[in-house]
Amino acid sequence: MGKIVAVTGNEAVANALRQADPDVCSLYPITPQTDIVQRFSSFVANGLVKTELINAESEHSAMSAAIGAAAAGGRVITATSSQGMALMWEMLHIASGMNLPIIMPLVNRALSAPLNIHGDHSDGMGARDTGWVQLWSESAQEAYDNTIMAFRVGEHMDIRLPVMVCMDGFIVSHSIARMEYLEDGEVKKFIGPYVPKNPLLDIEHPKSFGPLILTDLYHEYKRLQHEIMGRVKNVVLQVSDEFARLSGRKYGLFESYRLEDAEIALVILNSAAGTSKDVVDELRGKGIKAGLLKPRLFRPFPYEEVGQALKHLKAVCVMDRADSFGGYGPMFMEISSAMYQADGGQRPRLINKIYGLGGRDFMPHDARGVLLELVEIAKGAPVRTVKEYIGVRE
Amino acid sequence: MKKWTELEPGAVVLEAGSSARFKTGSWRTFKPRWVPENCIQCLMCWLYCPDMAVKVVDGKMTGFDYDYCKGCGVCARECPGKQGKKAIVMEPEGK
Repeated sequence: MGKIVAVTGNEAVANALRQADPDVCSLYPITPQTDIVQRFSSFVANGLVKTELINAESEHSAMSAAIGAAAAGGRVITATSSQGMALMWEMLHIASGMNLPIIMPLVNRALSAPLNIHGDHSDGMGARDTGWVQLWSESAQEAYDNTIMAFRVGEHMDIRLPVMVCMDGFIVSHSIARMEYLEDGEVKKFIGPYVPKNPLLDIEHPKSFGPLILTDLYHEYKRLQHEIMGRVKNVVLQVSDEFARLSGRKYGLFESYRLEDAEIALVILNSAAGTSKDVVDELRGKGIKAGLLKPRLFRPFPYEEVGQALKHLKAVCVMDRADSFGGYGPMFMEISSAMYQADGGQRPRLINKIYGLGGRDFMPHDARGVLLELVEIAKGAPVRTVKEYIGVRE
Repeated sequence: MKKWTELEPGAVVLEAGSSARFKTGSWRTFKPRWVPENCIQCLMCWLYCPDMAVKVVDGKMTGFDYDYCKGCGVCARECPGKQGKKAIVMEPEGK
């Protein structure tokens, strides 16, 4: 079985990538992701993987090379953060539009300006519409597990899609935590050998990637992309079940924490969910029926399942570590949509808090303040403001 | 026309050489005219043509296939001609 270690999130993810032994890694370093590709480069230099390493001259080139290598027929990885992924932008759409299962850890970091290197979700949330599958991770363990599962999800023959695995910059990427590695052989067996689909290097069967498709068929290709995205949920559940049998760690589309009999709840992603669960426990000790839902699969978003999980609540606060300026927070928009469509029209009152931008600490008192506000709203108190910044100097 | 259910994911074209069916000649505003008396059969036009618009038969330039010529003019520019006279000249379409 596995080995218990004390490692950073970046070290954990780098080891998951080593265990997957990809054919090609095209990379460009950026804080806080640098540590992943630096470690992976040393694995290549020390002969621990057979990967061909491409040191690209920018993230746009790194993703372009990844697309070329994946179309050629290889298992391909890269990794990035923030501005790096912003520079990849047009290529992200091309990777998904060509159904190329590139695996990319995204170490979440705030976007400029002003320049900031710390963790928030503005990079990942901005990539919501790129056609990539997104798995979000609370801890080093989840980031490691999600990275391993990402290969199985993305490479599944029913979907063949690129997958980004998100974890919080610095808070998880650079903090040492206790976690469990699987054996190299177990991971190798779980992921399996890479099976290419339509590889360009199969020269007996010439083919073209990237044709011009105009008004006659573009709409049809997008309809097909929508269909394929719809298959992801089942693949994620199937791969997660298999992973649970291997590791003992169970994952679903999201995590429900003390939600079944709850009256109020937070919806919150990644590392801040850990802090919030402690506060949920504390309030439960005082007789307050609090709970928490932590999304994992953000794209495609499991609207029906989330709607079912939240519809019995009286009041819910959706916590966003990113803002859509001029709109509600990006997670709030999803939860609102899920609740509006929920069966029977039964739904909790919803509020939205923006927290922790640019790595601002999210402390237990922040979670406690929000949950206590929900207690009042559940009793019938009016909602002051739907969307509000918390932890901000007034 | 194909339905979305009949398409290959990723818009991959699995049939080799299918671009022969994609005729691009209607894009043209200038057309190349071949002047055989100035042609030294160097085949630079064939080499430089970004499409497949130079008709070569038995190793010799024989004229243009206007179904594919976009009128880019690369052939006329590269043509060395004979004694300073070009074997390919560009003329406005419709002249």
